[in-house]
Amino acid sequence: MNDLAPQISYMLASGMVVCSFVLLYQIRLSSMLDVFAFQAVVLACSVAWQAHTQDSPQLYVTATIALVVKGGVIPAFLRRLMIKLKIHREIDPVVGVGLTLLAGVALAALAILVMFPVTAHAATFTRDDLAFALAVILLGLWMMISRRNAISQIIGFMSLENGLVLAATGAKGMPLVVEISVAFSILIALFVFGTFVFRIRERFDTVDVHVLDRFREDRQ
Amino acid sequence: MEITFNNALIQTTQMFVVPLLAPLLCGIIRKIKARLLRRRGASVLQPYRDLWKLLCKDVVPAPNASWIYRSAPYIIFSTTWVVFCLVPTFSTHLLLNGAADFIALVGLLASARFALALAGMDIGTSFGGIGSSREVMISTFAEPATLMVVFTVAMIAHTTQLSLIADFFIHEPLILRISTALTLTTLITVLIAENGRVPVDNPATHLELTMVHEAMILEYSGRHLALIELAAMLKLMLYMSIFACLFLPFGMISDTSHLSSACVALLIYCLKMAVGGLMLGVAETSVAKMRVFRVSEFLGIGLMLGLLAVLLLFASEGIK
Repeated sequence: MNDLAPQISYMLASGMVVCSFVLLYQIRLSSMLDVFAFQAVVLACSVAWQAHTQDSPQLYVTATIALVVKGGVIPAFLRRLMIKLKIHREIDPVVGVGLTLLAGVALAALAILVMFPVTAHAATFTRDDLAFALAVILLGLWMMISRRNAISQIIGFMSLENGLVLAATGAKGMPLVVEISVAFSILIALFVFGTFVFRIRERFDTVDVHVLDRFREDRQ
Repeated sequence: MEITFNNALIQTTQMFVVPLLAPLLCGIIRKIKARLLRRRGASVLQPYRDLWKLLCKDVVPAPNASWIYRSAPYIIFSTTWVVFCLVPTFSTHLLLNGAADFIALVGLLASARFALALAGMDIGTSFGGIGSSREVMISTFAEPATLMVVFTVAMIAHTTQLSLIADFFIHEPLILRISTALTLTTLITVLIAENGRVPVDNPATHLELTMVHEAMILEYSGRHLALIELAAMLKLMLYMSIFACLFLPFGMISDTSHLSSACVALLIYCLKMAVGGLMLGVAETSVAKMRVFRVSEFLGIGLMLGLLAVLLLFASEGIK
């Protein structure tokens, strides 16, 4: 079988998983943003390729939104936020790289193991797409859990959303309205996050969310 | 495989002529690094002269050296050489192909490393011990990563024979696989770590805080040192050959009936090695050496990417 079209879509979808994986072990906030922007570009390419192969022009709009909003606006906003907070040179060390990545591989395996039996009757490439999308979502969640820095957690959340878009475009016929509203909610979430980060910073002089633990009620 | 004159000739060339090029490759890399630092650098033939000088010198073993110390250089050199004879360089058609597959080659390299680590500890100096423990730490990550590479290519080509894998990659139509790209990254990480190249270890340093390979062989002299040095050069060329055979298999011959095409293939192989040496030299000059404690992270990432490659290959049932 030497049909190039599905290979490219497969390559781009699995490239998203690899980007999520690479995000997991970045320790510098600025390089994390670069990887995130790159993932958005891969997502845009993937969606545009789906638009081309599925012959559905509205997906081009989705691709453009992904490219402009996630590849341009969000990284630029976060970068400005970091410079304002003077944390753009800071590092957010991954605690136990090996274990974090091993858990990442386990999550990717879980996504594939869960998705394959469920979608037994779907077309092969839809299955791959869905499995990879779930993997991206789980890796984004894992990033939010494993990081201490608020900015890294935001990036984790945003990459999770990339996985949602990937899942939605793999299946045919997602209404454009949904995509646009998701994109807007992401933008609004970004502003809310930004304000929150400022508040945390003002209050505690750091964006390490572990200091928030002190203000919890006593845990048993 | 039937034993014909051509087959025997190609295997002999692989065994005796190609290893002789290993010091040249080393010299080229050193020259490139020196030129990039705006130094003139020694001639590319300097490694041959060094080896010759060492071979002519007397061996001065430490007084408390045991037989392990004296036999280790021979074990290291012979295992590395045997592995080299089995890796397809310019021809995928080697007489001894059936002797060992990729996994066995990894095992042979591991036994060479075992001998080296033992020899490092044998004298009882602290440097040797440090070097050995670091080498073993590196190999605990590098070896599984190599095995991940083996698994990935074996799953693609349905064989663990290196020559058959190369044959498969030559004849297969171009298929885009993310696993291959990840495997490539892993193999580069392993190549750098196993040969003690710059981000992991500096082959040109004798600074005791950082050295790994040099620390283990600090006590060696004379022909013992020459053998270990030659084995290290061979190992570098070996890894680059594995790289070329898996990812750049063009130009290799699988049909041994024409010796002229074999010569062309040999030339192409030399060219590949020279380009590889150039890239390695440039890469080594442009990155800083990392702390020893970060090496495990570096290799851990390589290992995990290899694992991910195997995993994604399972998922890609549409493309096989």
